[in-house]
Parts: sequence; structure tokens; C-alpha cells
Amino acid sequence: MGLRRLLSSWPVYRQLTGPDKLGRGQAAESPRSASLEPRTEQATTVASSVCPYCAVGCSQLVYARDNQVIQIEGNPASPISRGRLCPKGAASKQLVTGPQRASKVLYRPPYATEWTELGLDQAMDMIADRVLDARRRGWQDTDEDGNTLRRTMGLASLGGATLDNEENYLIKKLFTAAGAVQIENQARI
Amino acid sequence: MVNADCVIIMGSNMAEAHPVGFQWVMEAKAGGAKVFHIDPRFTRTSALADQHVSLRAGTDIAFLGGVINYILSHGLEFREYVQAYTNAPFLLSEQYQDTDDLDGLFSGYDPVSASYDSSSWAYDSIAGEEGSGRGPKEQSSPYQSGSGGPVVEGGAGEIANDPTLEDPRCVFQVLKRHYARYTPEMVERVCGVPPDLFERVCQAWTAASGRDRTAALVYSVGWTQHTLGAQYIRAGSIIQLLLGNIGRPGGGIYALRGHASIQGSTDVPTLFNLLPGYLVMPDASHGDLASYLDSIIGKNQKGFWHNADTYVVSLLKEYWGEKATADNDYCFDYLPRINGDHGTYRTVMDMADGKISGYFLLGQNPAVGSAHGHLQRMGLAKLDWLVVRDLTMIESATFWKDSPEIETGQIVTEQCATEVFFMPAAAHTEKSGTFTQTMRMLQWRDKAVEPKDDQRSELWFTYHLGRLLREKLAGSADERDRPLLDLAWDYATEGDEPSGADVLRRMNGVDLRTGKAVSGYLDLKADGSTACGCWIYSGVYADEVNQARRRKPHWEQGPYDAEWGWTWPLNRRILYNRASADPQGRPWSERKALIWWDAEQRKWTGHDIPDFEATKPPDYRPPEDAAGPAALAGDDAFIMMSDGKAWLFAPTGVLDGPLPTHYEPHESPFPNLLYGQQASPVRKVYGRADNPSNPSWPEAHREVFPFVFTASRLTEHHTAGGMSRSLPYLAELQPELTVEVSPELAAERSLHHLDWAHVITSRTAVDARVMVTDRMAPLRVDGQVVHQVWMPYHWGHTGLVSGDVVNDLIGVVVDPNVFIQESKVLTCDVRPGRRPRGPALLDYVAEYRRRAGVTPETGTRISTAGGVAGRPHREPSGPARPAQAGEPS
Repeated sequence: MGLRRLLSSWPVYRQLTGPDKLGRGQAAESPRSASLEPRTEQATTVASSVCPYCAVGCSQLVYARDNQVIQIEGNPASPISRGRLCPKGAASKQLVTGPQRASKVLYRPPYATEWTELGLDQAMDMIADRVLDARRRGWQDTDEDGNTLRRTMGLASLGGATLDNEENYLIKKLFTAAGAVQIENQARI
Repeated sequence: MVNADCVIIMGSNMAEAHPVGFQWVMEAKAGGAKVFHIDPRFTRTSALADQHVSLRAGTDIAFLGGVINYILSHGLEFREYVQAYTNAPFLLSEQYQDTDDLDGLFSGYDPVSASYDSSSWAYDSIAGEEGSGRGPKEQSSPYQSGSGGPVVEGGAGEIANDPTLEDPRCVFQVLKRHYARYTPEMVERVCGVPPDLFERVCQAWTAASGRDRTAALVYSVGWTQHTLGAQYIRAGSIIQLLLGNIGRPGGGIYALRGHASIQGSTDVPTLFNLLPGYLVMPDASHGDLASYLDSIIGKNQKGFWHNADTYVVSLLKEYWGEKATADNDYCFDYLPRINGDHGTYRTVMDMADGKISGYFLLGQNPAVGSAHGHLQRMGLAKLDWLVVRDLTMIESATFWKDSPEIETGQIVTEQCATEVFFMPAAAHTEKSGTFTQTMRMLQWRDKAVEPKDDQRSELWFTYHLGRLLREKLAGSADERDRPLLDLAWDYATEGDEPSGADVLRRMNGVDLRTGKAVSGYLDLKADGSTACGCWIYSGVYADEVNQARRRKPHWEQGPYDAEWGWTWPLNRRILYNRASADPQGRPWSERKALIWWDAEQRKWTGHDIPDFEATKPPDYRPPEDAAGPAALAGDDAFIMMSDGKAWLFAPTGVLDGPLPTHYEPHESPFPNLLYGQQASPVRKVYGRADNPSNPSWPEAHREVFPFVFTASRLTEHHTAGGMSRSLPYLAELQPELTVEVSPELAAERSLHHLDWAHVITSRTAVDARVMVTDRMAPLRVDGQVVHQVWMPYHWGHTGLVSGDVVNDLIGVVVDPNVFIQESKVLTCDVRPGRRPRGPALLDYVAEYRRRAGVTPETGTRISTAGGVAGRPHREPSGPARPAQAGEPS
């Protein structure tokens, strides 16, 4: 048995006697490569997702562990993409985990030359105040003929094509109720 | 697409911009389909096509008009389809005059407002609505017609017609005459395409169409970003209808959209002129709900748009919940009214004029990604405050300290008053929700991980901003605050995150009597008993199941994969698929069978979900007084159209003419060889000193900007680069901005491969590395050689790789129908070496403008028919917003 084990540790022997005649699979394995496993094996959760770049809608499987994305793969079950991703989709792990991701609110006061940090709650409160102020200043009750306008021209918004439908729905609903009409997104561009 | 026998790709570089979707083109090709790529540049798509056809940028309608002429003059239309399903037999009014008669204008043109009164384009038996097209032009009104199409009053009645298509006033004959001058010789002179190559495309396209075969047409923003964008698409639609390629497997028109949810952001619009589901945003003329409904629903029209009252009232019930009652018009009066152009470019000009206080940028980077980047940044610098929400720091958030205008001195940090809030956003893996993809499919994403620190979803931000606004206004007696205070803002939450599933369920619609999700838009009522946020998405939460979350593998289901995601409307995968069967309800051929009438079971059946009333037999004829869906005959395949037919000729609703007509781009070195009218007679220009145009025929000094410029994307980057230039893999794959020129142009301008060059327009000059390549072959157009140059547009000054902003070269002039800018074709000069830096750049470009005689009036003399240049269309230089009490000065 000892000799047999010794012989089978020799790749050429495995290639000659085993099923891997071309020596490109099991026959060529070393103890190190035999112990390797894909990163995805480490994941504790796999979420079904969709690529965030173009509009084709390739399916992604997002592998995570300890609230960290550890790998993003194409989903072979998709009738749209059949598991494939383009260079952008394949790089999307860098998109969501890279050091370029901002994680803190930053604030630039008028005339300032640099950013300062600001608490999220305080920023939300300041923004709400400014929305109400701009809304009031740009308010128009009627046009020159007395027709109802009931709107504000004091504030505007741009964005939505990279957002979820549910997000766009709330954005349109809230701004419409606030009387803002200059609400636009990339679809105009 | 895999079922197509021929694929025509035009105005799209699909292999580059939609690479994974392109596998289906390759699979069709492997099955024997011929693939043609018609594009100014030889691209990754061309490399995989059977044939690349190079044409001059901005001449697609001349080419497509040539194809229409080829079909009609050779009798190659799919006659039974055209007779049954299009408006080809309908007779037009005697008042109608064509561009043939009026040197490039249709009847009803008003040169003062540069708009049409379309009443003379109506069907013979139906009076067109009198009135100027000026109001609609200011409001982008055709875009508002949305899925219903523009309304033809009385569309349900009998429309005068000639089924033999012989009457000289029928649409078919008008079409024939209109395109008679688009001959192969004219295509060669205008587009630079040799006749043999042109005929090869025509032969393949027509040979692959008919009972037994179908051809697919693919376009992207290479078609939309023109002053004639809507008409490019109309021209493609006319060909596909003449050939019987709509509503059938392997046919269709594929509008490939560029962002994960840009289809969704149109369906559930963050757009000024629309409410969800392509309902019109009310304007100042709509005093109450009844007058609004009157204006959007035709009195005697066919089709499902007739039910729009149920969609509108259900939306108002979702917006204002219990506060919306029959007695108060369901709070219709709470909706703000539009009365003009409130599009993004208008808004940015108003910003630059100091008329706007605050601006939100939600995952968008206009300082790089919108046309005329300089104007965008100057607008930002005039705001009181700006909120930028993004994954990473982008140019639009840092314009006050490192924009190109800091270098030129046009923005001085210490003098820039704009207050900026940068809010980090949650990524697609950190929130749950749906995207709507290019084929109208909603796919739900599950959240994989929680966002970190201050990162939040837009759902969180909007929900809590709304909560704060309502808290701050609580107790207000001001009637203006009622819409916010009465808003139904009670979505379920998970922790402090609103539930996306609950929002989606309420977009789907709820029966308020039972509290259950409705199963589709046919369940909606106009009596306040249903609430529905987006009627076209109704059904996505049918049976209380999130249908968009379905993930049945493709190996476990049929060819149309009905249980993967959910496609609007009602999970139908091919729109208007009633047209896949003949008028009697039989498939046109076995090979192209999709749905058919099952006479035994008395219902429509097949591989896809029928886009037709399931039990309406093919021989059904409506009673005379019917309206709405009941007025649709059993062979009215186009169920949303107010006359049940697909429109070869648009009797109303398209502001720049009922038939696509070739006009030169706003900036062109060539005269229009087909008509005296040079460029679109109704394009929207903004004649302002900060938005100059290069001179175009018949203006002088065109030679200062002698080359044709076009721009587009690369696979390895994404639009303005915020999601790609900061990623190491992608930055390494495409590290630098380049300009592609032909060897001939390189020799003419002493440009050397990989050296620097700069491209100049009347807006600015931009640096790039030179790429000398045969991909941009010069063309011979009307006896002259024309050089075209191409640039990708993804660079800006932040990220791992940076470069000049290509959008800075482009001015703002837009399509009157949809207000999309002409950024796919302009004129330019190219010079070796780098551009001047700092204030010297301003002097350099000013000298170009001086040589070219550019003033704010350049390019704004819109009407040129009859050899007479009309009056200029300058912006009235209105004062900035007057300061008001309490306002910081």
C-alpha cells in the first residue's frame, strides 16, 4: 500500500493510469491545489441580485460573510444572461467593496475651501429646512391668467436611472406633494 | 431576438455597450441570421456582424427613407399585415400638404414659433384639433402620450379608408410619394453609402421578412440623441411595420437602454411631464379632475387608454389615501401644474441665471455626464445649496474646488456661495428593490449585506426627508402645505428602513375594500375603491406574491421564461403579439407561431401571454356606439392605440411632422440635398451667449469647424465614470481618453498615433491621446471627402484615471418631442498638441468663435425653406430672480 500511495503522488503515474490522460485536471493536482477551494465556499449567505450597470439585467449571485461581500458571480439560471457578466459586472465587487466608497456625510459651507464632517441626522435636518425655505421662495400659486399652478420653482432634482423603482416612486411622490415639478433623470439625456 | 432571421443594428454599438445581451445576436447569427451594423464607426459590433455599413453621422433618416422607398417601389411590403394592422388604408384630409410640396415643411407650419398646427394632418373623416403646436412644444407633450399613444378623437368610429391602398389620399400612397425622392443615388450623396452596399442591406432586410421570416431592429442612444431622435425611431418603426415585423417572434424594435433602471425611471418617472404609468402631468389648463380626464381620454376612442380614469383615480388614492374622496376630486387639486419646459437643460440654464435655490443629484453626475458640462458646473456654482447622493465622490460634488473652471478663473472657491451636502449612498447589494430592464422586465434584488456608517438607500433618504418635512410643517394652517401633510406616507418599515416590498405592493395596487393586492390593471376602479401607484406595473404583486422575485431557471421552463421576473404589462413578453397571427387568428406560419385563436376553447393561446382580450374572437365586430376596449375589433392588434392600428403616418402627437423626413443636424457642414429646409424646422434651440452653436449651412465660416464629431461609450466604463473610473480593474483596462481619427485626417492635421491632440468647438477645447485608425474611414459625401472623429465620453477630473470632459464640447439643442439633446453629431476642429491651460483656454476658444462669426444667434434661424432664412430664436434675457425679503444677499 505504501508503494502504491507513493506512486500515486507522482503526477505522471496518475496521468498514465487514471482517467485524466491529458494531465490537465486531477492528475496534475498537488496537495496545495487539492486543498484549495473557491472563495464562494466561505460565504454564509448568497443573495440573488442584478447587475447595476447597463439595462440588460444580468443576474448576479452575491456571496457574503460577516456582512461583507466576498464575491459576485453571474447566475447561470438566468434566461437573460445565462451566468455571464461583462467586465463591468465582473468588477462590481470592487464597486461595492472598494476604498473609493464614501461612508461619511460631508459638508461644504458657503465659501469654504474644504469639506467638514457632519452628522447624518443633522444633515437631514438642515436639508429639510432648506427644502422648505427654497419651496417657499420659489412658490407660485397661479399663472398670469389666474390659472392654478400650486407649485414651487425653487428646487429641482436630477437622478433615478440607477435607482430602484420603489425609490423613484417615493421621490416623485414626495416632490410632487411638495409642489416641485423640475424632477428629472437620465432618461431625458 | 434569437428567433430573428436578420438583425439590423443602427445607432447602437451593442457588443460594446450591452455585451451580455449581444450573445443573443450571436446565437441568431449561428442559427443563420444575417447581421448588419450601420454606424459611422467600425466597432466591436461591426467586427462580429456579417456586414458593416459606414454612414455620415446624422443621416440615418435619409438611409431609412431609402429603405422605405426600396420596399414600396419594389412592392416588397407584407401586404396582408399592412392592410390589416396599420393605418395604411386610412384616407387623409384634403388640407394635408407634404414636404414634397413645401420644400421640406408639412402644412401648418408657423415660422414665428417654429412649431406646427397639426390639424391638417388628420384622417379625412375626423376633424383635427385646431390650435398651435407651440404649447405642446413647450411641454414635451408627445412624451406624455406614453403607452396610450396620442388620442384620435372618434377613433372608434368608421374611418374613411381604401382597403386596396390605391386611393391617392390614403396613407400608403402618401408614404410612397413622400419617400420617392429617397433613391439609392440620394442615399449615396447624403449618407456616403455606395448603392451596392445600400441595396445589400435592403435585400437582406426584406428577404428576411414576411410570413415565414422576421427581422429584428436594434437601436440605442445613437438614434435618440438627435434633434430628430423621435423621428429616427418612427422611421425604423415604419420599415418594421411595412415588413410585418412587429408583435412577432424574432421581429420587433429593440430600444437598448443604458442604465440598470432607466426604463423604470421612465415608467415610474422622475420626469417633469409625467406621472407614474405615462399619465400626463397636469398643466395650467386643467382646472379640475374632469377637465384633466377629458383632455387625456378621447371621447370616442378605442383601446385600453380609454380606462385612464381608473388609473388616475387609483394613483390619487395611493398618493393621498383616505384624504382623497369623490367630494374633493380625489385631491386632484393637490398636484402641481406644469406650463412650459421644465426639463433638465432648461433648469440648468435657470440655475445659471440664479433662478433656482436648491438641487438634488441622486446618483447622477451632470458635471461630466450631461451635455455642455461647463454650463452644468456654472449652474451648480450659482445655487444656494446642493445635495449630492452617490457611492463615491464625483465631479458634481467637488466643482467648487477642482472643476476646470477653477483653472480658468470662472469659479473662485472663496467666492462660491453654494452650500454642498455629500451623502454616501447604499449600493445595489445593500438594499432590496426592483430594476426595470430594457425589455420592460422587473427583477427584484435581495439585500446581501447592510450598508455601513452613513450610507443609506434613496428609499431611506426620501422616506425620512418626507417624515421631517411633515414634522416641521405639523400644525401649519397654510393651505399650500396640505398636500404634504395629507400625503399617505405610512409605508411598512424594517428597522428605520422603509420596506421596498410594501412600496412595490402599493405600486401594484390594493383593493381598499378587501385590503388585498389587485391582480392587474383591469381590477382598478374610478370610484375610489382601489389604490394603485403605477397602473402598468399592476400585476407585479398579484396573489400577494412578489412576482418580480421569481427565479425559475431557464432550463426548467419554456422559450419565453414566463416565471423569471415579471414584465409589464401583465407579464406579456412580446407587445402587440396579436399581430403574430393573421386577421383570422391563425399564425402567419408554423415557423413564426406565437399566439393563436383556439376555436374549440374559444380563447387565445400560445407560447406567450396574449396581449389581447383573452376571449375576444378574431371575427368580433364592435357595436356602433362602443368605446374603449369594447370598441376594439377582433383584429385590432394594436390595443393601446386610439384607432386600434399601428401608425405608419402619425395624424397627431408628433410635433415635428407626421412622417420622418431627412433634415441635417443642427451643426452640419453640408446643405440638405433633399429640401430647402436645412435642419429640423421645430427643433428647440436655446440661443444664449453661454450656449453658442457652430455655424451651419447656410451660415458663413462653416470651414472653421470642418469635421463631423460623434461620441459614445466603452464596455469598460459607465457613462460619467462615477461607477467605473475609480475601480482598479476598469481603470486599467481603459486608462486614457482618446480621439479616433482616420490616417487621412491624421496626415491632413499632422496628428500622430498616441501623441496628444485637442478637439475644438465653439464651447471649448478638450485634450486626448490620438488613436489613428481605419475604424473612422473618411466618406465621400456629395462629391466631397468628409472626415469624422469619435471620442468616448467617460472621463472627468476625479477617479483613478482622469481626463477632460468630452461633454464640454457639446452645446444644448433638443428634439422638440422629448427634449433630448443632439449629442451624437456636431462639428469640430482637431489640432495637434495639447490645448491651452487656464485663462488662455478661454482666449483660444473665443478666437475660434470670432473667426467663425459665432454670436448667440448662430444656428437659431430655424426656418430656411424656400431659400429664406427665418428670424433668429434667441432666449429672452430675463432678469435673475428678484431678491425677496429675508433672502441672504
